[in-house]
Amino acid sequence: MELNVTNSPFNQQQTELLNQLLPTLNGHQRIWLTGYLAAQAAVGGEAQTLGQAIAPAATPVAAIPTQPAAPREVTILFGSQTGNGSGLAKKLAKRLDEQQVKTEVLSMADFKPANLKKLENLLIIVSTHGEGDPPDNALAFHEFLNSKRAPKLENLNYSVLALGDTSYEFFCQTGKDFDGRLAELGATRLVDRADCDVDFDETAGEWMKAVTESLSATPTAAAYAAESAAPLSADPESEYSRSNPFRAEVLENLNLNGRGSARETRHLELSLEGSGLTYEPGDSLGVYPENHPRLVDEIIEEMDWNAEDNVATGKSGSVALREALHHYFEITVLTKPLIEQVAKLTGNEQLVKLTSPESVEELRAYLGENDLLDLIRDFNLKGLSAAELTGLLRKIPARLYSIASSSKATPDEVHLTVRTVRYACGGRDRYGVCSVQMAERLEPGDALPVFVQHNPNFKLPENPDTPIIMIGPGTGVAPFRSFLAEREENDARGKTWMFYGDQHFATDFLYQTEWQRWIKDGVLTKMDVAFSRDTAEKVYVQHRMMEKSQELYEWINSGAAVYVCGDEKNMAHDVHGALETIIAQGGGLSPEQASEYLLRMQQEKRYQRDVY
Amino acid sequence: MTQQTEWKKYPPHDRPHSDVEDIKRNSDYLRGSLVETLKDPLTGSIPEDDNRLMKHHGSYMQDDRDLRNERSKSKLEPAYQFMLRVRAAGGVVTPEQWLMMDSISHKYGNETIRLTTRQSFQLHGVLKWNLKNTIREVNDALLSTLAACGDVNRNVMCNPNPYQSEVHAEVYEWADKVSRHLDPRTRAYHEIWLDEEKVVDSREQDPEPIYGPVYLPRKFKIGIAVPPSNDVDVFSQDLGLIAILEKGKLAGFNVTVGGGMGMSHGDNKTYPQLGKLIGFITPEQSIDLAEKVVTIQRDYGDRAVRKHARFKYTIDDRGLDWFVNELHTRLGWELQAARDFSFDHNGDRYGWIKGSNGKWHQTLFIQNGRIADFEDYPLMTGLREIAKIHDGDFRLTANQNLIIGNVSTQKKRKIDALIKKYNLTDGVHYSALRRSSMACVALPTCGLAMAESERYLPGLIDKLEPMLEEAGLREKEIVIRMTGCPNGCARPMLAELAFIGKGPGKYNMYLGGAHDGARLNKLYKENIGEEEILSSLKPIIGRYAKERLDGEHFGDFTVRSGYVQAVHDGRQFHA
Repeated sequence: MELNVTNSPFNQQQTELLNQLLPTLNGHQRIWLTGYLAAQAAVGGEAQTLGQAIAPAATPVAAIPTQPAAPREVTILFGSQTGNGSGLAKKLAKRLDEQQVKTEVLSMADFKPANLKKLENLLIIVSTHGEGDPPDNALAFHEFLNSKRAPKLENLNYSVLALGDTSYEFFCQTGKDFDGRLAELGATRLVDRADCDVDFDETAGEWMKAVTESLSATPTAAAYAAESAAPLSADPESEYSRSNPFRAEVLENLNLNGRGSARETRHLELSLEGSGLTYEPGDSLGVYPENHPRLVDEIIEEMDWNAEDNVATGKSGSVALREALHHYFEITVLTKPLIEQVAKLTGNEQLVKLTSPESVEELRAYLGENDLLDLIRDFNLKGLSAAELTGLLRKIPARLYSIASSSKATPDEVHLTVRTVRYACGGRDRYGVCSVQMAERLEPGDALPVFVQHNPNFKLPENPDTPIIMIGPGTGVAPFRSFLAEREENDARGKTWMFYGDQHFATDFLYQTEWQRWIKDGVLTKMDVAFSRDTAEKVYVQHRMMEKSQELYEWINSGAAVYVCGDEKNMAHDVHGALETIIAQGGGLSPEQASEYLLRMQQEKRYQRDVY
Repeated sequence: MTQQTEWKKYPPHDRPHSDVEDIKRNSDYLRGSLVETLKDPLTGSIPEDDNRLMKHHGSYMQDDRDLRNERSKSKLEPAYQFMLRVRAAGGVVTPEQWLMMDSISHKYGNETIRLTTRQSFQLHGVLKWNLKNTIREVNDALLSTLAACGDVNRNVMCNPNPYQSEVHAEVYEWADKVSRHLDPRTRAYHEIWLDEEKVVDSREQDPEPIYGPVYLPRKFKIGIAVPPSNDVDVFSQDLGLIAILEKGKLAGFNVTVGGGMGMSHGDNKTYPQLGKLIGFITPEQSIDLAEKVVTIQRDYGDRAVRKHARFKYTIDDRGLDWFVNELHTRLGWELQAARDFSFDHNGDRYGWIKGSNGKWHQTLFIQNGRIADFEDYPLMTGLREIAKIHDGDFRLTANQNLIIGNVSTQKKRKIDALIKKYNLTDGVHYSALRRSSMACVALPTCGLAMAESERYLPGLIDKLEPMLEEAGLREKEIVIRMTGCPNGCARPMLAELAFIGKGPGKYNMYLGGAHDGARLNKLYKENIGEEEILSSLKPIIGRYAKERLDGEHFGDFTVRSGYVQAVHDGRQFHA
């Protein structure tokens, strides 16, 4: 469509410029521009007139049917361990608010299931952990919904955004559970569930757009405007975010384990100076690692590729292959979708068989032990072009580490506690991508791309007088170093009790001299330690908790908040069991009652976990 | 008299007593807060006050000084560990006890055993959490750590004389009796380590009839020599007994008092001293004598300044006549005149010797007393294999060596085979100068060390040997001793050639000690490194090779040649 002064509000010069520009735009650019202008106008209070005026010019808008005018009420429930869920929920609410949709955002832990029946529109954002488990703040709601007590929900419209990681077998399982169960209860899907991988921005953005469109009364363009104006996981006070990480300078990088230890744990001090990034105790730091140059070279050599050839890296452009494999693509973890796509691409019979439903066990074992180089060697992928194979790879995901410092105690700094992962498998040395980079290829003066991941589900009690019990063996100790540093700065008077454990007292007592000082200064009231390899019988934190069972119960019963950080599979599970026993014994409760007691504590945010 | 007032009678009355006196006085007979602090799971250490008390239980807290800086950087406390000293009067143990020491050193220690210059065992690297089990196992084997360190009488030394077996047996018996008589009586040791129940009301009894509630002002050392060997360095002892044999039988002991090694660099009021001969007693009088000597030191020793608290200063300050009078008053009888005796050496004599009882004794040189499996020298394994078939005894010598004692002719062949199999007497580990050498532990575990000693002396000897060889002195025994500090654990002030640590890589060099341990040496050069040690010694050794008189020892030669003056009284040591 050609613009002129008669069919548009523009003058001659403007129409000429616009006519010059508009034919060069692709669909995506047109939509972006539409939204951008609409959003600008909305800020200036001109939405009505301008929106109408430009409407005919934007093709996608014409396709949108007219929405009902009455404002709709939408409830957004999130459940997540790290804070991604609540961050997304807040963004979504903001967008819907801009569309005059009335929203209420709640953690699943804060939602009263009895109110479910009254809801019209429900949006769920939920992550999945471990073996397909719900995050802590979703546990109770998940259980309720899957119980016989769950009501029929024929009047409910809903949609689910599932967060997960394709390298786990039960990818987005909790989201799938909610989606399936709500349908089962008679609710109607507004839009289909979206399953996000670690790098969730794009998928989540699309889902939000679709949800916003289906719920809002005004043009879709607005949704785009909001998306473009603010990246999904942005810190309100900083220009840096998950999608625009800050290059933090390394101030200190040392090993916390003593000579002779089987462990290596890096203590990293990074500078946040000038970033505007802020964090609170309990938050995490996202770090984008680099792949090991040796592995990159091995892959290129194995495939006989040319390291200098350019390959596409997402939509943003292309870089030399070596650079792409070094910085951009994930090459150390295999995922089910990757195997499926490689099988499809190559038609390799063994691979096709590996992805068949009968081979679940084999696939699980294979994914668990192998990386891209193994895949290439085991299924003879030589012959695929760099573009073909890298086109199937995921972007290297950021690693999240619980922050080990308090910004009050050490302003402009953030500290991490990272265990170096090294092991041998299949005749090759294997390692954790990020931890080994920190251990071997990161020196003071170097920089790491980082962002702050707020975690509202792991926070000190608001009342500084509330006693806290901290259970954090191994690197699980990190946030508690942050907690105590913060409480020290705040002169908080609440009692504190730390449970720590690792293999050997002599070499593996992370931050030992700091705990000793805090004990001496009274910042730490009590500390119990368990070193599993110092005695004939292995002793873990949960055993120390049981030894102090009575006293622990007294603390809990008088209002102490309990925090657990560290390994999910074994430790967090055993600690949970110990807490149930302690509460049952101390309160004379049945196992079921003790379990409910803990669930209540969870809902009251008196039992928080940061487990991985 | 109650314990609250009793301590006040001790001098000095015009100056406050040292903090250690307070710690002892407030400890309830060496209990302190050890039971609680040993349990503290957040640290491998105990507080300094308890460590002071811990010494009386036979253990010092130490840390691996090699690791101090890197651990501090890693936010870890120092690598705290405990040295545990296991004593047996006269240093005699059974093969079973040897095997137990070997076993617990592997189970709880750093897999080595240190034989000490006071005929005791030292285990290093015992973690706090393992102390109780270790001490219990030591006691199960009928050995003890009680009073191996601290302000009490230490292990009573005794010449392990393999020549005159009957006399040794008798002298050893007296060493044991004196030692037992002077053991602390407090039940604290049994309560803390051996789970003995605490007696609730102990006011009726006197918990320490000899020591009282504050024990001695400093450590106290007793040694018994049997001429002609002065291996125990009898003149270095607070109380020395010299066995007098008449017609092949033990007639009694000559008595020396007021010897001692320790001094401080830069403090000339502190000095090593030789014990002074005061008379003769019969064997039966030895217990009474020892008790009265100890109580005089208890009542008159300086409790204000620990550096000035050893018995030698008590005697030098008040005079020998005062002491002998006081002793006679307390004894109620007088010592007889000292009898004739003669020493000819203070080192050990190596190899097989047949005793008068027809049994064989093998004296093995153990470099610096360290029993370990070295890279090309499986000493610890060899001795373990010997202990398994041995039915006699093991005797720790005063020079940190080991005697495989009381071996039958038949067993001798088997033991010889094992000595050969494990190369225990071969090669570089066994040269002449080395066999006359002695070094204290020093770094990395000893908190007092200013310089290396045990880890350095062997290397220095490697460099001295070619020098001696060139001078044609390969088989000449020169008593050479090194310590990392001037505290004197290896009795360096009595050596013919000695090095005392000043700082990293720096030593004071001393010459002129007597070969029989009867004369102190004297400072020759101060604060020198290896290069200067070697260049200083080369001309002296060259002249010694050419100019020595027939049978003249190195220490005597350096005095006669004017390198240093002879020192017969410690008060001349710094002169």
